[in-house]
Amino acid sequence: MKVVLENLTKRFPGRSKKDEAVTAVDHFSFEIPDGQLIGLLGPSGCGKSTTLNLISGLETPTEGKIFFGDEDVTDLPPEARGVGLVFQNYALYPHLTVEENIIFPLENLKGAKKLTKEAMHEKAMEAARLVQIDTLMERKPKELSGGQQQRVAIARALVKIPRVLLLDEPLSNLDARLRLQTREELRRIQRETGVTTIFVTHDQEEAMSISDLIIVMKSGKVHQIGKPQDVYDEPTNLFVAQFLGTPQINVFDGAIRNGKVWIGKEAVLDAAGKADRDVWVGIRPEGFIPDPEGPFTCKMDRVEVMGRDVSVISTHEKMTGKCIRSIVSSENRFAPDQKEVRFRLKPYKVFLFDKESEERV
Amino acid sequence: MKKKNNLKAWLYLLPAILFLGVFMLYPLVDVCFYSLEENFHFVSQKYSGIGLGNFRHVLTDPYFAMALKNTLILVAITVPVSTGLSLLIALGLSSVQKVKKLFQTIYFLPYVTNTLAVGLVFWLLFRNTEHTDGLISSLIVSLGGESINFIEGTYWQKMMVTCLYTIWIVMPFKILILTSALASVNPDYYKAARVDGASSGRIFRKITLPMISPTVFYLIITGFIGAFKAYSDEVALFGTNLNAAEMNTIVGYVYDMLYSDSGGFPGYAAAAALLLFAIVFTITYVNLRFSRNKVQYM
Repeated sequence: MKVVLENLTKRFPGRSKKDEAVTAVDHFSFEIPDGQLIGLLGPSGCGKSTTLNLISGLETPTEGKIFFGDEDVTDLPPEARGVGLVFQNYALYPHLTVEENIIFPLENLKGAKKLTKEAMHEKAMEAARLVQIDTLMERKPKELSGGQQQRVAIARALVKIPRVLLLDEPLSNLDARLRLQTREELRRIQRETGVTTIFVTHDQEEAMSISDLIIVMKSGKVHQIGKPQDVYDEPTNLFVAQFLGTPQINVFDGAIRNGKVWIGKEAVLDAAGKADRDVWVGIRPEGFIPDPEGPFTCKMDRVEVMGRDVSVISTHEKMTGKCIRSIVSSENRFAPDQKEVRFRLKPYKVFLFDKESEERV
Repeated sequence: MKKKNNLKAWLYLLPAILFLGVFMLYPLVDVCFYSLEENFHFVSQKYSGIGLGNFRHVLTDPYFAMALKNTLILVAITVPVSTGLSLLIALGLSSVQKVKKLFQTIYFLPYVTNTLAVGLVFWLLFRNTEHTDGLISSLIVSLGGESINFIEGTYWQKMMVTCLYTIWIVMPFKILILTSALASVNPDYYKAARVDGASSGRIFRKITLPMISPTVFYLIITGFIGAFKAYSDEVALFGTNLNAAEMNTIVGYVYDMLYSDSGGFPGYAAAAALLLFAIVFTITYVNLRFSRNKVQYM
């Protein structure tokens, strides 16, 4: 089921009359293709959870429309939309067993959709097998680990075959190792069921690793939509460039003069055909190549050896962060007392952003 | 070293032990003795023998039978009605936003009002005097009915007023406790249930009620115990001569046996008090057993 958002806007009234209304989601328009896994990504407070609540129907939009397929669901209550929702804290009913939790949505079906007890049990088992918790059906949620609770929550959301599956920060309550495992699980479950899935996260790595498409949001506005690799390789503005990628992109205060990119007194790169202006220069950590003849000189701070590759930590008077982190091949050798390090830059790892608008040049 | 510490511990406990011993334990034990001392005489402090004579007397006393009947009716009506109504009001309170505080204050007022003052208000509502009918009576007359003097009326008219009074007095506390219990239920459960298509009735039965069941259970148990101890409410409505008004309660009977004009029988009073204890204990135990599988402690 494709999901279409049209000018979706949500404004919350201010706390008092003096306070201004808060726009949590600002004219969000996008068509989510059928059967894909979408990562809704942004820093906390950017409106991604509100967007999810709007799609689920728990919130009503101030403006705009939502379509599932060709059906306008904007005015439908949540129960009529056929969405499955997994909460950040799972919201499993603590007094019900796993099976009762999974069956709960089925018991709410009325009229022609009403199921017999056996059919409900069968469907619950099917959903449980899909997420591999079919041996835990008699347990209460508190007797399960975080990862297992997560699976129960997903099974409960999937059991009535939702048109859209929505996950709010599905991995944030899990520890690091489980998070890795579970995100693979999520990917597998989504592939097997083919349900259009939208998940919210503030963790860019999580979003990039399993999404078919990612949507980067900030302050209620959509900044960029695309395949994870495309968004990473071609960020449209400084925010997106900074938000994606670990370690973070290095940003320098620079300028374009006479077809060259200048950082401080050094012309580090060609920028043929670009008009003179002040820019932010963003360089991905992997965009540096150590080269004694290179055009870009930084003050050496230290080297962190990772085995497979090496992090060179250096500083520069024009940098905006605390230090410059560059990841280079471990074949490079550095002298312990080295005061300076010179780099060549990979042009496709360097992005230029307008000083004022912070849009990509 | 260990002994020293023990001594210290006892020393720390001493104030509490003394207090509890003198004011709780000693009277409790003493009541048991009193209940067994037959024909105890207050002035001479003598008794004729040890036995169950006091219990025999109390159990055959028609006044005790009346007090027991009144108490049981009161318990049977007020506990479920007050708990149910409080739950309804608490649910209402938790779903309004704007004037919630105001309503909470209004509902809490009876709790901080003196019992006798409330009794006065109920007199104004239900009692006819030479000069004017009670408010409710006037209302019935204006609707074309006949004037009823509830306070001095038939047994069930009086019982109705008593129940209303008790319910009204005990509700504020229950509403307060239930409102906070409802507020402590994570709203995500409701959201999840709504997305899953549960009707509001089903959400209440399958989610809200189990989640607040420990609180409801607590209120039922304390409600039972409180209602069994009813006395002051009846005095506020009908004066101290409750036997004449047919509205005596077990605690009232105990009091009468000790202090009123017909009093001076600590043996009977003690026996009645122990009987009350036995009833409350049994009912609480049954309650605990019965609800073991129904109450969800998270």
